[in-house]
Amino acid sequence: MTPAAPSRRTRLAAKAWRVWALIRKESRQVFRDPSSFAIGVVLPLMLILLFGYAMSLDVKHVPVAVVIDEPSSEASEIAASFQLSPYFEAHLTSSMAAAQALMVSEKVDGIVRVPADFARRAAQGDASVQILVHGVDGNRARIIEVYAEAAVAQAGARRAAEGAGDAATGGQAVVENQLWFNSANDSRYFLVPGLIVLIITLIGAFMTSMVVAREWERGTFEALFVTPVRTDEILIGKIVPYFVLGMGGLVLCMLSAKFLFDVPFQGSILTLTGVSMLYLLVSVATGLLISSSLKSQFLASQVTLVATFMPALMLSGFIYNLRSVPLVVRLISYVVPARYYVSLLQTLFLAGDVWSVILPNAAILAAVAVLLLALTRRATRKSLG
Amino acid sequence: MWDSLNRIVALIRKELLAVLKDARTRNMLLLQPVIQCLIFGYAATLDLNNVPYAAFDRDRSAASSALLAKLDGSGAFHRIANLTQADQMSSLIDNQRVLLVIQIGPDFQRQLSAGQDAAVQVIADGRNSTTAGTALGYIGAAVESFNADWRGDHGLPPPPVQLTPRAWFNPNLETRWNLVPALVGTITMMSTLMLAALSVAREREEGTFDQLLVAPYSPTEIMIGKAIPAMMIGVVQATNALLVSQLWFRIPFAGSYVTLYIGLILFLLAAVGIGLFVSSIAATMQQGMLFAFVVMMPFALLSGLTTPISSMPAIIQDLTLINPLRYAIDLVHRVYLEGVGLGQLWPDLWPMAIIAAATLSAAAWMFRNRIE
Repeated sequence: MTPAAPSRRTRLAAKAWRVWALIRKESRQVFRDPSSFAIGVVLPLMLILLFGYAMSLDVKHVPVAVVIDEPSSEASEIAASFQLSPYFEAHLTSSMAAAQALMVSEKVDGIVRVPADFARRAAQGDASVQILVHGVDGNRARIIEVYAEAAVAQAGARRAAEGAGDAATGGQAVVENQLWFNSANDSRYFLVPGLIVLIITLIGAFMTSMVVAREWERGTFEALFVTPVRTDEILIGKIVPYFVLGMGGLVLCMLSAKFLFDVPFQGSILTLTGVSMLYLLVSVATGLLISSSLKSQFLASQVTLVATFMPALMLSGFIYNLRSVPLVVRLISYVVPARYYVSLLQTLFLAGDVWSVILPNAAILAAVAVLLLALTRRATRKSLG
Repeated sequence: MWDSLNRIVALIRKELLAVLKDARTRNMLLLQPVIQCLIFGYAATLDLNNVPYAAFDRDRSAASSALLAKLDGSGAFHRIANLTQADQMSSLIDNQRVLLVIQIGPDFQRQLSAGQDAAVQVIADGRNSTTAGTALGYIGAAVESFNADWRGDHGLPPPPVQLTPRAWFNPNLETRWNLVPALVGTITMMSTLMLAALSVAREREEGTFDQLLVAPYSPTEIMIGKAIPAMMIGVVQATNALLVSQLWFRIPFAGSYVTLYIGLILFLLAAVGIGLFVSSIAATMQQGMLFAFVVMMPFALLSGLTTPISSMPAIIQDLTLINPLRYAIDLVHRVYLEGVGLGQLWPDLWPMAIIAAATLSAAAWMFRNRIE
């Protein structure tokens, strides 16, 4: 008598048991390795602190040298204006040569020069003040120019107020700003969502990028060939532990956003969890795909850095805006999944559950996840190369 | 002495072979700086152009169209809609179709003609506050220029004091001039640090490090043999990145190559020292890579590459003093854009030398004292 074919039920039970064994092995390997702790806990905490407290694009206390070629009350008025401004730290300098020396040695970021005939020409109403800025950091230099403009205008306004009845200056168009979603104009508001993207990318893609390649290099993958374990089961075993670690990172970020930085969160936690799971799945799948198609740990580590982390930092629209880049780069940015996640997070944090933004972005992430998982499954086939 | 040199040369050859024999790895190492420089050189700009905006012109006068024409003509903005009702605003901004809406009040021209100030309301999407802030700056400039024209056309005197701004070293204030040279340092650091970190970890994982330790090599020789190949690859990568910045982006090189390379070699020495130290702690390649990354992140973020060091809190500014990348970026900027000589680079050079000396000796010590 031949033994009866195992029933569907027993086959499923055996499958579940195999998957569970793989998850257990993989999780132990993850949680016993000190580098997991480094990347899963130390790195997120460090990034949270750096982004929250250290990084800022605000320009304040810019050191400038003020050169007055010929002393006069009008010239001192300008100098005082720079000294009073919270944006500048004005150092009075005796000569242009001294100021230039300060600029070359990077002691000051700009020189304000009040020319010799300033008082005379101010009386005629066409005086000018020169400002030289250190232009290497173009963005900063532009902001400094705007602040300098304001400081000079203030000096002018003070003079006009004193000599009330001075020739009517006429009306002018004045800009009134309103910043929606971020009325505090706090850069943390958009840095924290960006931080979540970086942390999930790191945990999801970096740790997984080496696991399959390592098994190939060590030959343990071939050992798996002779077991009844199937490709899908191996993949599930590799995905689950890193997925759990990634969700842990997300919780860490959310808690710090709320309790450390008071970043408002307008959307619903449920939507956030859903889209984050999608992006985490995309990251884990990217790491596994790189790992199983390259089969070399060194190469996988380099490719992961260039293919996941750098684009998540530079091409996702979280520091640099994607509206101004040339078409080719914008097209490239469309294949960076982080871009869609950044858009989702910024909307969820600052604007709320705006479904017309959430649905299309989430759909793209889901499609990318399915595609990457299918590719990974193909690349991990049990076959000898 | 001669023997020692021979042994080191042999180790360098073996290291280079181990890394470069695989064509995929070779291409990866050579092309990666080029591709990154190209993409990020275009992407990482804080300058604006073609920012979509909507106009809500409730005045529809000559003055209001002149103001909008100023914005359209600046090249930074691109008008995609003319609104007729206030409630159209929110959906455009919510869906990120426009970054800003400009609202001109119904009495704009009348107020201006009457010699009163007239408000131009700008509503910006603050989800990315940097972009919004920059855009507001651009609008301020466009409105200033409109005001100047208005005064000129209506025979009003110009404002009493004018500002003539001029920028040194980067006359058009292009962010790319700042960023691409900085990338030369950042990209090379990432690769060399990683190469160095993985080179020892790989031998550990494969079990060949023990063999190296029982071979007639002193720890210093092992260290030199591991450091030089990584530095050689780093110099080639830096050269590739420099070529992109000069030949593709046409950013003029003001200084001397000798000075630049002396600085870069010192910087690479510091990067390799950090990599080798990380490597001596790691037991596997995965650990080596992850530890290297944990170390590299703060270096990259606190280097002045993405946000200026002078905007950081004082205590963090002190922390950046042990960051070799901070000095390297400053050095590349100063040689590349300002053209300064070695004498003035001293404040950048000596900290890198100290970092290199400290990390390299720590790594050599770890080689000797850590055997499992």
